[in-house]
Amino acid sequence: MTSTSTTLPRPPGFSLDLRLQQPLLIVLAAAAPLVALAFGASWVRVLDFALLYVLLAIGLNLVVGFAGLLDLGYIAFYAVGAYTWAFLASPHFGIHLPFWIVLPLGAAFAALAGIMLGFPTLRLRGDYLAIVTLGFGEIIRIFMNNLNQPINITNGPQGIDMIDPLTIAGIDLSRNLDLFGMQVPSLVLYYYAFLGAVVLALVLVRRLQISRVGRAWAAIREDELAAKAIGIDTRMMKLLAFALGATFGGVSGGLFAAFQGFVSPESFSLMESIVVLTMIVLGGMGNLAGVVFGAIVLTALPELLRHFAVPLQVALFGKTLLDPEVLRMLLLSLAMILMMLWRPAGLLPARTRYAHREGRKA
Amino acid sequence: METLLQQTLNGLVAGSIYALVALGYTMVYGILGLINFAHGEIVMVGALVALQTILFLSSAVPGLPPLVLLLAGVVVAVPACMALGYLIERIGYRRLRNAPRLAPLITAIGVSFLLQTLAMIIWGREFHVFPQLIDTAPMQPVAGVVVSPMQIFTIVVAFTLMGGLMLLVNKSRLGRAMRATAENHRVAGLMGINANGVIAATFIIGSGLAALAGVLFASNYAIAHYSMGFTPGLKAFTAAVLGGIGNLPGAMVGGLVLGLVESFGAGYIEHLSFGFLNSSYQDIFAFMILGAVLIFRPSGLLGERVADRA
Repeated sequence: MTSTSTTLPRPPGFSLDLRLQQPLLIVLAAAAPLVALAFGASWVRVLDFALLYVLLAIGLNLVVGFAGLLDLGYIAFYAVGAYTWAFLASPHFGIHLPFWIVLPLGAAFAALAGIMLGFPTLRLRGDYLAIVTLGFGEIIRIFMNNLNQPINITNGPQGIDMIDPLTIAGIDLSRNLDLFGMQVPSLVLYYYAFLGAVVLALVLVRRLQISRVGRAWAAIREDELAAKAIGIDTRMMKLLAFALGATFGGVSGGLFAAFQGFVSPESFSLMESIVVLTMIVLGGMGNLAGVVFGAIVLTALPELLRHFAVPLQVALFGKTLLDPEVLRMLLLSLAMILMMLWRPAGLLPARTRYAHREGRKA
Repeated sequence: METLLQQTLNGLVAGSIYALVALGYTMVYGILGLINFAHGEIVMVGALVALQTILFLSSAVPGLPPLVLLLAGVVVAVPACMALGYLIERIGYRRLRNAPRLAPLITAIGVSFLLQTLAMIIWGREFHVFPQLIDTAPMQPVAGVVVSPMQIFTIVVAFTLMGGLMLLVNKSRLGRAMRATAENHRVAGLMGINANGVIAATFIIGSGLAALAGVLFASNYAIAHYSMGFTPGLKAFTAAVLGGIGNLPGAMVGGLVLGLVESFGAGYIEHLSFGFLNSSYQDIFAFMILGAVLIFRPSGLLGERVADRA
């Protein structure tokens, strides 16, 4: 595994022309829920979830795409964030803290979990790391499922419900807002809150990517030995990637708990980790635009399948042969295999990864 | 004392199945340096194909003796899984042999989920009862230990297969070619070894063992399900790492040790944690062992020091 690239890769950017596309994207992002509302509230819900997944995918991309560490237990950090919110803002323990305490706490716990997991395992080779992180995700899930006795902490498989909604500046996002006589639905309110979080995350990660740290990650991803040789503290940098990636997972998890009002271990299965991984594989590892694209497409997929694949099957065969859930899994797994075989850089590839990739094939 | 012996026996049964699966992981890893994530699913396919065959035969030709049925299941399942293993290697992994490390790993995960989904489509989501063709009812207790014929059968079959594999790898021409390819593909190629053929053979042999492990697993626990391969697969991988990945005797030892640890762990965890944890935490042991081995002795119990290719 040697890379033959001689020039330092320039930091990849959005693969769109920023001057032209950015205002367009902003308008699109701002108008999306209103357009979706015309098709029904369920589509706004899909958009809300898409944003949460974007946040997750951005975090996982930090670890997998930037630093090149395959983390298969990423959903565990999402779980940590979600359960932190559930513990500290629900009747379960009778604690109701505001979001500006709970969310940072959830992020901090997730980061801590990331460091705890990363510290002993980051010496390992990439593929071992994948298995250990997978195991970590499973362990967290087993604990969530079973820590309802002898002391009831997680309420077991039933999960925790009646979780406090997100309340910003006195506005309860779970209720429709009366704005100058206009009713703004709760789902739309959540959309804008999540959009804010995503934009913040994008700016942050983009800055990070072109910083010293981002370049160190790229160096580690391309050739760890060489990175070490030029004086990068590879362990520290990997740990940082893990902790930061986990932080995004934690924030996203907290928002998820508030949005759903309910958490249970079922939401944090291995399948979810794989789904998030597929998002960045499909979109393009290491490229933020690709990651966002992948997350949105794959979140909308089940809903699209429900609306189009089912009627199509009924029309063709007279009955539903494959229900949307199965079809989704089928498409996801095929996407992973086919992308790796034919377009390993994703649909929207990161710009800089190709100089060396050509060399590597030799 | 009786519980101790009983747990040892249960551990040996589970452990010998893990060992069979672990051999497949370790052979592929030894030659390609790839964790074949889909290996666990081959266990599942083996069990379900055998089940299908047995159900078909017992309804088509009523009155066949149970052993014949089981044998027929194995005779269909093993070649089916061998073909599947070959296809996975040929289509999924061969093109990616020189790609960056993450690529084949992600493909492997994709293959694993693809097989699970296909199995779900073919066999449905429900748990199937695997017929107990060899008696799993306990015989007369010996020294307080309850043993079933199936358990004895499992251990005997597993050890025979392991012995056979050792002979194949250490004594036969193919075995020598496999060892040479594991050492260095390119040089092996220069010596006139068909590396692609050897790699395909490795996948085929590993898949055959996995199919048998699947039949044994399903027979012992009387259940077959589209997701049944995942956890044993992970545990078998742990066993392979525990023994020293790439090392065949290591995989066997690792499998047995893991089976024993799990069995004892499940039996004694309540005492050890002062009643805080119970046996529903059984699955944690494999991961804890995996973590501990990777941190303290990454080369495993019997492994040699392998060069760090990261």
